[in-house]
Amino acid sequence: MLSRVAERLYWAARYLERAENTARLISVYDNLLYDLPKDLLDISWFNLIDLNSAAETYNRRYKVQNERNVVKFLVVDDDNLSSITSAINAVRENLRTTRDVIPPAAWEQVNELNIYVTKHAKDGLRRALRHEFLTEIIERSQALNGLLTGTLIRDEAWQFLKLGRNIERADMTTRILDAGAAVLENNKIFKTSNPAQLIWGNVLRSQGAYMSYRRAVKSTVRGSDVARFLLDEVLLPRSVAYCSDQIKQAATNLSQASGRKQPVKTDLPVYTIEEEDDLGADFRNYLNDLQLAIGDLHLQVCNNWFARD
Amino acid sequence: MSIKWKDYECENLYDELINSRGNPRQPAKRLATYLSKLGVDELNKRRQLADATVQDMGVSFTVYTDEGNIDRAWPFDIIPRIIPAKEWNQIALGLKQRLRALNLFINDIYHEQAIIKDGIVPSYLIENSKNFRPECVGVKPAFGVWAHICGSDLVRDGDGKMYVLEDNLRVPSGVSYMLENRAITKRVLPEVFGRENVLPVDDYPSRLFDMLAALSPRKVKQPEIVVLTPGIYNSAYFEHAFLAQQMGAELVEGSDLLVDSDDCVYMRTIRGRERVDVIYRRIDDMFIDPEVFDKDSLLGVPGLMRAWKKGNVALANAPGAGVADDKVIYAYVPKIIEYYLDEKPLIPNVPTYLCENEDDRNYVIEHIAELVVKPANESGGYGMLVGPHSTKKDQDKFVKLIKENPRNYIAQPTLALSTAPTLVGSDNPEPRHLDLRPFILQSKDLYVTTGGLTRVAMVKGSLVVNSSQGGGSKDTWIVDSEGA
Repeated sequence: MLSRVAERLYWAARYLERAENTARLISVYDNLLYDLPKDLLDISWFNLIDLNSAAETYNRRYKVQNERNVVKFLVVDDDNLSSITSAINAVRENLRTTRDVIPPAAWEQVNELNIYVTKHAKDGLRRALRHEFLTEIIERSQALNGLLTGTLIRDEAWQFLKLGRNIERADMTTRILDAGAAVLENNKIFKTSNPAQLIWGNVLRSQGAYMSYRRAVKSTVRGSDVARFLLDEVLLPRSVAYCSDQIKQAATNLSQASGRKQPVKTDLPVYTIEEEDDLGADFRNYLNDLQLAIGDLHLQVCNNWFARD
Repeated sequence: MSIKWKDYECENLYDELINSRGNPRQPAKRLATYLSKLGVDELNKRRQLADATVQDMGVSFTVYTDEGNIDRAWPFDIIPRIIPAKEWNQIALGLKQRLRALNLFINDIYHEQAIIKDGIVPSYLIENSKNFRPECVGVKPAFGVWAHICGSDLVRDGDGKMYVLEDNLRVPSGVSYMLENRAITKRVLPEVFGRENVLPVDDYPSRLFDMLAALSPRKVKQPEIVVLTPGIYNSAYFEHAFLAQQMGAELVEGSDLLVDSDDCVYMRTIRGRERVDVIYRRIDDMFIDPEVFDKDSLLGVPGLMRAWKKGNVALANAPGAGVADDKVIYAYVPKIIEYYLDEKPLIPNVPTYLCENEDDRNYVIEHIAELVVKPANESGGYGMLVGPHSTKKDQDKFVKLIKENPRNYIAQPTLALSTAPTLVGSDNPEPRHLDLRPFILQSKDLYVTTGGLTRVAMVKGSLVVNSSQGGGSKDTWIVDSEGA
């Protein structure tokens, strides 16, 4: 397989995952923030910009930090390469240049997804239509992943897609956890007496993990349990541990298939969570370290397979 | 409401489906009846389905404009164009004859030049040709074949006769649209397919693959075949990706390839370097190797010509093959066929005036308002004059151009291109002019597509069918009514 093709497949998978997770991220806040006092609403929305390390780009585009601008930035802004419209467009462009290795049906599906996003992105800005729009993005991204999972031969193309998907997913899971921790840290006054339960419940739901949590953990929704579940549960497909395992598999497989001896070091930093107090500033620093470690994984992949000698 | 073929206005035209009395021609009878029974509402639904399918399939080509490049959907008309198999078989023979002769001609030009020595083709034609490559003299490509993929444009004149309008021997495009058009028609008009004996077109990619594989310099079981594209900004990128995918070949850009000190071509893969045997290049000659041609080209591969000349890699089409798709050489093709094959041409040429010859030039200047004037080396319908549709100012401009550089211009009578019923806006089909581009392959064997790509001028009365000039396309049915 051409290095260039491998690189584009990898990015196609990353952008697809990014679009889906951005939709999930917005939906956490969309559900959550109406339970906050009104004057804190806009500040809280801006958390989403901070934890995506996008404040600089944002501030160049917008003066006011409010819900409208934040959602606009995350959904339709062309200057934001990670906005849902930019990401889906990047998926299409990357698959367009690798059409010789993906099933034709996948190409049709990404076209339909791109057409949908182009037509409906503005719906994401309107509260009344936002939920439906975000759900549609998540479902259509899942459909595309499902099609690839169900039809693609498990050759190198598949392994690069798997690498991209899991590296991005692990990264986004840390950011979604950060989104929860940030709300809790910044907002001491809630309309409800038990804000933590509300917040972490939404974090779980956004990851489609609420039912799984209930069945696996068999306890009420507690921040420390939720964080451990999303970080360490090896059976949960969106947990960092699960993604890390998938990355390891794909990297090992590719090292063997391509005869490149450089093993990818997939060990990620660990952090002990025992009680609710462990989810404060240290936790957020840890998530940051985790993101840096995932960034290092990405560099290893680039150096191993995408380099042009 | 339903289509009334009696109201279809095709007097003074040769229509492919409907005769001058408003009756469907024999092979189109069932289709015409079916369409008129369908009713206008249903017909419009099918059109919408076709448009949606085109979008979903991502069938597009890129148009260059001042505002940037637009990735545009290719307009598709759902009413197919029908040609009886019996007629088509004769045309296919003629196309094979033509390509065989053209390849003998190109090979001769880069070796003995017997045809010039024998006084059939004047030597100045070659010396002045923009597409003659001195770098290719003496090279011996496999089977003596230079033009492996040829797209010849056929037109039917008012007299009902088919003519070859031009041969494209450099990097002809359009075949992917032929294949996609069939796929769309099967989705949009499935009922008709059950009843008609429409000959399939789908085997083109495997024929192309076999043709390319036969060129491999290494006699290995699985030669490495790649499609070399200039990249996503090229108007035919869709087709490059499509063909690579259909053949299971790698789609490469110049930067994916390198020529090593052993003068072999390699591609950069996740395993390191891998040897390449055959390159189906969709980049023009001038850009394939900056060491030999355009020094500033970033699209090509330095050293590619070296590797090709040494016989370490096959290039399809071979560099220099374009010497035979010059529009002036075109005028000599009937003589070329007779010279090399000792056969009469099976498909006639359109009469062509060479402005280089004084008599012809005077005739062209005098009759410029009736003629089509074309530059000898342009493609895509750029820079031509359609006399009857031009202003006095345009005509004067061309007279001046011809006088300045007569060698660069040819002229042909304006043909009354045949038409076919086309749905354009209103509910009833209207006649629109069209042509046909079949594709002919040659390496070890010869192959002609079943039909080809029918291009249609969507604007009323227009004779320009090129995609870059607002043309559309139709599915082309070769119908075997006798075998059915």
